[in-house]
Amino acid sequence: MGNFPILSFITFLPIVGMIIILCLPKNQTLVMKSITLVITGIQVILAGFLLYHYNYGMGGINNPATFQYIEKFRWIEISGFSWIGKIKIDYFLGIDGLSIPMVLLTAIISFVATLASWKIDKAVKGYFALYLLLVTGMMGVFVALDFFLFYVFWELMLLPMYFLIGIWGGPRREYAAIKFFLYTLLGSVFILLVVIGLYFSTMETMIDGTKVFTFNMLSMMDTHNFVATGILSPMNPHNLRFIAYIALFIGFAIKIPMFPFHTWLPDAHVEAPTAISVILAGVLLKMGTYGILRVCYPVFPDITQKMIWWIAAFGMINIIYGALCAMAQKDFKRLIAYSSISHMGYVMLGMASLNSIGISGAVLQMFNHGTITAMLFIIVGIIYDRAHTREIDAFGGLATQMPIYTGFTTLAFFAAIGLPGLSGFISETFVFLGGFAFETIRVITVISTLGILLGAGYMLWTLQRIYLGTVPEKWKVLKDLDFREYAMLVPLSIIIIFLGVYPSSMLNLMNSSVNAMVKFMMDSKALYGSITGF
Amino acid sequence: MNINYLLNSLYLIKPEIAISATLVLLVLMDLIMGSNKKLLPYIAIAGLIAASYFSVEQFGMSSLAFVSKANKGMIVTDPFGAFFKGIVVFASFFVIYFSIKSDEIKASFERHGEYYTLIFGMILGMFFMISASDLILIYLSLELVSLSSYVLAGFTKTSQRNSEASLKYVIYGGVSSGIMLFGISILYGITGSTNLYEINSLIQTSSIPNLTFILSGILIFVGIGYKISAVPFHFWTPDVYEGAPITITAFLSVASKAAGFALLIRFIKITFIKSVDSAGYWQLVDIIDWKTFFIFLSIITMTLGNFAALWQDNMKRMLAYSSIAHAGYLLLGMAVLSNQGMIAIIIYFMVYAFMNLGAFFVVMLIANKIGTEDIDDYKGLGYSQPFLGVCLGIFLVSLTGLPPTAGFIGKLYIFIALVDAKMITLAVIALLNSVVSLYYYIRVLRNLFLTRPENGTFEFKVSFSNGLVLVLLAAPVIIFGLYFTPLINIAKSSIQILGF
Repeated sequence: MGNFPILSFITFLPIVGMIIILCLPKNQTLVMKSITLVITGIQVILAGFLLYHYNYGMGGINNPATFQYIEKFRWIEISGFSWIGKIKIDYFLGIDGLSIPMVLLTAIISFVATLASWKIDKAVKGYFALYLLLVTGMMGVFVALDFFLFYVFWELMLLPMYFLIGIWGGPRREYAAIKFFLYTLLGSVFILLVVIGLYFSTMETMIDGTKVFTFNMLSMMDTHNFVATGILSPMNPHNLRFIAYIALFIGFAIKIPMFPFHTWLPDAHVEAPTAISVILAGVLLKMGTYGILRVCYPVFPDITQKMIWWIAAFGMINIIYGALCAMAQKDFKRLIAYSSISHMGYVMLGMASLNSIGISGAVLQMFNHGTITAMLFIIVGIIYDRAHTREIDAFGGLATQMPIYTGFTTLAFFAAIGLPGLSGFISETFVFLGGFAFETIRVITVISTLGILLGAGYMLWTLQRIYLGTVPEKWKVLKDLDFREYAMLVPLSIIIIFLGVYPSSMLNLMNSSVNAMVKFMMDSKALYGSITGF
Repeated sequence: MNINYLLNSLYLIKPEIAISATLVLLVLMDLIMGSNKKLLPYIAIAGLIAASYFSVEQFGMSSLAFVSKANKGMIVTDPFGAFFKGIVVFASFFVIYFSIKSDEIKASFERHGEYYTLIFGMILGMFFMISASDLILIYLSLELVSLSSYVLAGFTKTSQRNSEASLKYVIYGGVSSGIMLFGISILYGITGSTNLYEINSLIQTSSIPNLTFILSGILIFVGIGYKISAVPFHFWTPDVYEGAPITITAFLSVASKAAGFALLIRFIKITFIKSVDSAGYWQLVDIIDWKTFFIFLSIITMTLGNFAALWQDNMKRMLAYSSIAHAGYLLLGMAVLSNQGMIAIIIYFMVYAFMNLGAFFVVMLIANKIGTEDIDDYKGLGYSQPFLGVCLGIFLVSLTGLPPTAGFIGKLYIFIALVDAKMITLAVIALLNSVVSLYYYIRVLRNLFLTRPENGTFEFKVSFSNGLVLVLLAAPVIIFGLYFTPLINIAKSSIQILGF
């Protein structure tokens, strides 16, 4: 494998594609689509390569030595400020068991969403250029280990997303786009403030023994690196760690989206074109939970321990509230959007359990929700393409009209409900097992199981209203799937069934990291107690 | 006074001499050449090249010109001044180029001589503002800038809003400089000196009447606050920015503001400082609580600027309020009263020069063709003019302060300075402000890209040279956003103010 910078390659390849597309003449739309497909295809291959050479035994989380595919260069270095010491920012990439499922997910979803974008016919050049920029931003977030770099990638997605919803979206696209932008920007300014605060609280020891302020996330997790007087240092009696944690958590929670910051999601989903909904639900929402696991947990283990009940409680609210809202929807896409909110609640509940089984369940649920919801949005897109409406009550009996399509739909619906044998079952079970094992959140977990019931309720009811019964006369013209749609649905179905039958393939991948995380959280209890003690 | 004394001092004000010589040359050439005025801008550019050469030279210098018997000078040459002169010259280059291309300015072709002469009058005034360390010189330079810009704001004389802008500018300017002069006279009355260094050593050693001193300090600030358009001295800004020719608006928003900030920093730092501690914080003579003053000033300035900008329909007016908001962010850098904050201000100005000049240039190019600056008339422009649209997009995103643009770096350093000074609440207010600002900047982008043109498309071509200049302004905004080492290195070498 040598020193090939595979992570940089997988991250910045879309930028190359974007530049090529920008250089092409306007009418070469097929070439542009093909380039995007090839590039996202290469990303899938590279992700497969990462998986193939991945060392399952290395944990990562807080130990730089056990991260894999590390790339570390000095990006910005300024010496000789007498009053604040050197400034340095690293270009620092690496993956562990937490990020590799997300990298795989991003690659797969980007590829599938490219196929879903095939029918875009308005300003094709701009669409695919922005789309590739978005892919770079997403991939970058999952591989960056320097907080500054992480933030740059995090913000890089905002603008393409705004335009992709705002230009190619539905009738209320402008409203939805600006709402999405303002919400997420509000979240990310909080993150920025915490980034700066952490920067001034952490000093890394260089090879020559000098101490330097750092944006390195992994250094922020080591208590030895804290500066005694830093505003976010645990040893500073007047530290603002609690406030910073809340700010950071809200910054990430807006992306999840956690109740009560969820209102942008239904709007964005309903107005966004199918492919962008797929990306939004498949990858973007995971950034919120990934950020919490990557940053909030290991950098603020002391506060996390205190907040566990609240994280679980908000997870529960998400599960129940999302499900109840989904039940009340008349628009098929809006229903799926609310079901997303409900399913992301499971991730939060799993994270809150602080044991291996629960956190594994959470990470697995992130992956599974990514694939299942992507499939659901594609299913909505397919019917909307044909019928130009998403009104649930307008349909009926599609099972006889489009049997194969209905087959795939049923698979996705049952995966979302959590039918044994499909991927959703495993992750939800793990989440509940984990939650139940942890006394603090046991009651919450018990209440949350209600979500499964509600989930089954709205999913089956929707299935009944759209696919069963008799076909209205005007839908007798609807055709079944074409080749492109097969190409989108088949790979996702295979993943869903495969992970339902053989979940350990994915669980083994994250096992070491999850164990490392749990151990770190447990050890830090005593560690932070002794630091703040004196 | 011997000739050596004069020569030694003249040697230190070479940039100012270059500008004055060009000014004289412009007047002469205007007379000699008669109707052929095409050459004038090129003479101006040649003069600017000379001035920029001499300004860069001053990066290595650190001395006083026209020193008194007590060895306190009137003019300071130091890296700090050199940097701000550099910003002024940089802005002037672009403004002269814009003037060549501007239809508004072309319309009054026969008065080109006056136009460039007045611009050089402004530059000269700004240079002295940046390097003055004597109250009399500060006042004179401020007046020189103001008088030239009054005329320039109403230069085209063709439209009513032009003359209105000019008149408003004169009235506000006259009042605030009058107030400033009053403050100066009080300060002179208390201390018996007009030299900032002498005043400094005096207030450190002897006791002086507090209330009178505070009054004089605040009154002097009125004059400076008016130049940097800090609230509540900002009332002229939207009207003048909207009414003046775009070239002059661009010049006022970058160069005039830079000179104003240079003056502010030098005035505060030289007059009131006791010492700079090892962490880079300024210990001021505690007569006037400048810290609280700047905190409140910056909060109201950025908040008012941002919220007022939300309701604007005219692009120039919107950018005027946005420039008030940016003055607020810059004042945050003052409020920390530290070298860290000064670095942030300097970095911010480098970035601000690119993005603001760029934004005004695009507005000018569009106004040249479609004859309007109304934001609603930009609908669908991004489709027929993708290049202009994307460039304007880059500038506006940078003004919002989103990565990966240089605007983010500028803001980042302001916030770094604030967090380092443990002024978290202020940082939160500023961050929330930048979320508000997104709304009005993105509104322009929405009109450019999200809506289809209502009446016809915009059929015109951007010429090669205009495109090149636009790229020269837009590319650094992205490049410095990703690799900002050069910005910080420049800032680092520019913070040295003579005396401390």
